[in-house]
Amino acid sequence: MTLSSRALAPEHSLPPMIRLLGKLVGGTTRTQIRRASQAYLFLLPWLIGLLFFWVGPIIASFYFSFSEYDVLSSPRWVGLQNYQKAFAGDQLFWPSLWRTFQYSFAVVPIGLAGSLCLAILLNRGLPGTNLFRTMFFVPHLVPAVATAMVWKWLLNPSLGPINLGLETIGLEGPGWLTRKEWALPSIIMMNLWGSFGGNQMLIFLAALQGVPQSLTEAAEIDGAGIWARFRHITMPMISPTILFNLILGVIGALKVFTSAHAATQGGPQYATWFIALHIYRHAFMYFQMGYGSALAWVFAVILLILTWVQMTWSNRWVYYAGE
Amino acid sequence: MALNESVRPPVGQMVYRRPLQKRPINVLFYAVMVILALAFLFPIVWAVTTSLKRPPELLVFPPRLLPAVPQWVNYATVFERVPFLMWAKNTVSVVLLGTLGQVLSASLAAYAFARFEFKGRNLLFLVTLGTMMLPEQVTLIPQFVLFHKLGWIDTLKPLWVPAWFGGGAFAIFLMRQFLMQLPRELDEAAIIDGAGAMRIYWQLLMPLCKPVLATLAVIGLIGRWNDYFGPLIYLSSDKRLTLAVGLTFFSKIPEGGMPVEHLMMASATMMTLPLILLFFAAQRYFVQGIAMTGLKG
Repeated sequence: MTLSSRALAPEHSLPPMIRLLGKLVGGTTRTQIRRASQAYLFLLPWLIGLLFFWVGPIIASFYFSFSEYDVLSSPRWVGLQNYQKAFAGDQLFWPSLWRTFQYSFAVVPIGLAGSLCLAILLNRGLPGTNLFRTMFFVPHLVPAVATAMVWKWLLNPSLGPINLGLETIGLEGPGWLTRKEWALPSIIMMNLWGSFGGNQMLIFLAALQGVPQSLTEAAEIDGAGIWARFRHITMPMISPTILFNLILGVIGALKVFTSAHAATQGGPQYATWFIALHIYRHAFMYFQMGYGSALAWVFAVILLILTWVQMTWSNRWVYYAGE
Repeated sequence: MALNESVRPPVGQMVYRRPLQKRPINVLFYAVMVILALAFLFPIVWAVTTSLKRPPELLVFPPRLLPAVPQWVNYATVFERVPFLMWAKNTVSVVLLGTLGQVLSASLAAYAFARFEFKGRNLLFLVTLGTMMLPEQVTLIPQFVLFHKLGWIDTLKPLWVPAWFGGGAFAIFLMRQFLMQLPRELDEAAIIDGAGAMRIYWQLLMPLCKPVLATLAVIGLIGRWNDYFGPLIYLSSDKRLTLAVGLTFFSKIPEGGMPVEHLMMASATMMTLPLILLFFAAQRYFVQGIAMTGLKG
C-alpha cells in the first residue's frame, strides 16, 4: 500500500518541483496534483486553440482596428481613423447595418412563430408525425448555397413557377431578386423556408413534450379553452426555450451572408447588402484588414448589447419552473 | 402513484396521446400538415425536375413541372463541365478531418471539465462559453492573417486544422453536459481496478457517450458540408474549391444565352442528397441531440 500512503502524504513531504506544479495546476496531494496535471493535458488542444484562434485574434483584431493593414506590409497605426470612417465617411456601412436589422426583424419573429406552430402541430401526436417532422425538416438540410440557387430559379420573374402560380390566381408577380424593392423580401422568404422546420422546431418540440400533461389536463377540467391553456400554461412552461431560440435566432440572422452573396451578390443596387457582406468586401476583397476589423468590432459591440438587452428583458417574461 | 409528468417520453420520439379522440379537429390538423409538407417540399421537387429538363424546356412559358423525357445525362454533363468530383473529394476531406478532430478534441476537453478538479477550471469554462457570444467576424481577420503567414491560403488546412484544437465551445459544452450525467462511481470503480485516466476516457466513457458523439458528428458534418464562407475566403483555385463554393460556378459562366439552370439544379441535388441520406441514417440521434441543446441551454 505504498502508493496510497504516498498519495495521502501532506504537502510539505513532497519534492519542491511537485509542490510548485501543485501550486500551478491546483492540488496538495500527489494524487490531486497528478489528476490536475492530467486535466491540463486533456485540455491542451483546447487551450492552444483558445490562444491561437480566440484570445490572440481578439487582441490582434483590436489592434488592427486602429491601423491600416493590407496583410503584405506591416500594420500602420492610424488611431481612430477607421472608426471615424465607419461612422461618418462610409456611405454603405449604416445602410448595411440597418438592412441587416430589417432582415432580422422579419426573419426572427416570423421564424420563431412558424417553428412554434409546426412544433405544436407535431406535438398533437397524430399517427404519421415522424414522417411529417422529417418532411418539415428536409428544407433545413438543403445547403444554404443550394437554397439560394434553387430559389433564384423558383423566383425567376418570367420563367419561375412562383410567378406562374401568382398569375393563375390573377396577380402579377413582382421581379423578386431582380428588383430593388423585392430583393430583401425574397431573401427573407428563402431563408424562412429553410428555417421553419429546422433546429428551432425540434427544440420547441422537445420543450412542448416536457410540458407536464397533468397541468394542461387539470386546466381543461377547470374549463380552460385551447387558447387559455396555451397562453397560461404552455407559453410560460416553454418560455426559457423561446428565449434560447430567440437569442440564437438573432445571432444567426445578424450574420446573414451566404444567401445574399450566392443569390444576389448583395444587389440589385445594394438592396441585399448586409453588414457581413460589407465586412467581407473590405477585409477579403480589398484587403483592408484594419478597416474590416473596425467594422467587425462595431458589429460585435452592437450584437453584445443586443444579447444583453434580450437577457435583461427576459426576466420579465421567462419563467423557470425549477426555481 | 407515479405522477404523470415523471414518465416523460424520450426526446424526439413521439407518443401517441389520445389517438383520434377528437376526430374533426384532427382531420383539420392533418389537412394543414399535408399542405405545409407539400409547400416545404415543392422547391425541392421543382429543383429535381428542373435538373432533368433539356435546355429549351427551361425557357418554355408557362413552365411545366415535369420534363418531356427525363435527361439523366444532365448529371453526367455536370461532371464534364466542372471538376465536380474534385470538389466533392475536397469537401469530403474537410468534412471528415474537421469533424473527427472536433469530436476527439472536444471530448478530451469536456472530459477534463467534467471529471477533474484543477485550478482555474471554472474560469476556463466561463471563457469557453464566452467565446460563443462573440461574432466570428472579430476573430476571422486575424485568423486569416495567421493562415496567410503559415502559407495555408488556397489549401484546405484552414478549414479543418482549427477543429483539432478543442472543436469549439458548443461541442465542449454539449459533451460536458452529457458526461456530467454519467455516474462518477463508474470512474471510481475503474480507478480501483487500476485503470488510468486515458483508459477511463477511451474505454469506459467514450462508449457511453455514443449518442452525444453521434449528435456532434452529424451536426459537424452538416455544418462543414454547407460551409460557404470559409471556403470562399480561403480557397481560390478552381480545383481546390469545395462543393458549396463550386456550386455558384454555373451562375457565373455565360453560355451564349443557353440557360444552365438544369446543370445547376443537378449539382444542387447531388450536393444535398448525401445530407438527406445522412439525416435519415442518423435521424434518431440527431433529433434527440438537437433537442438536447435546447433543453440544457
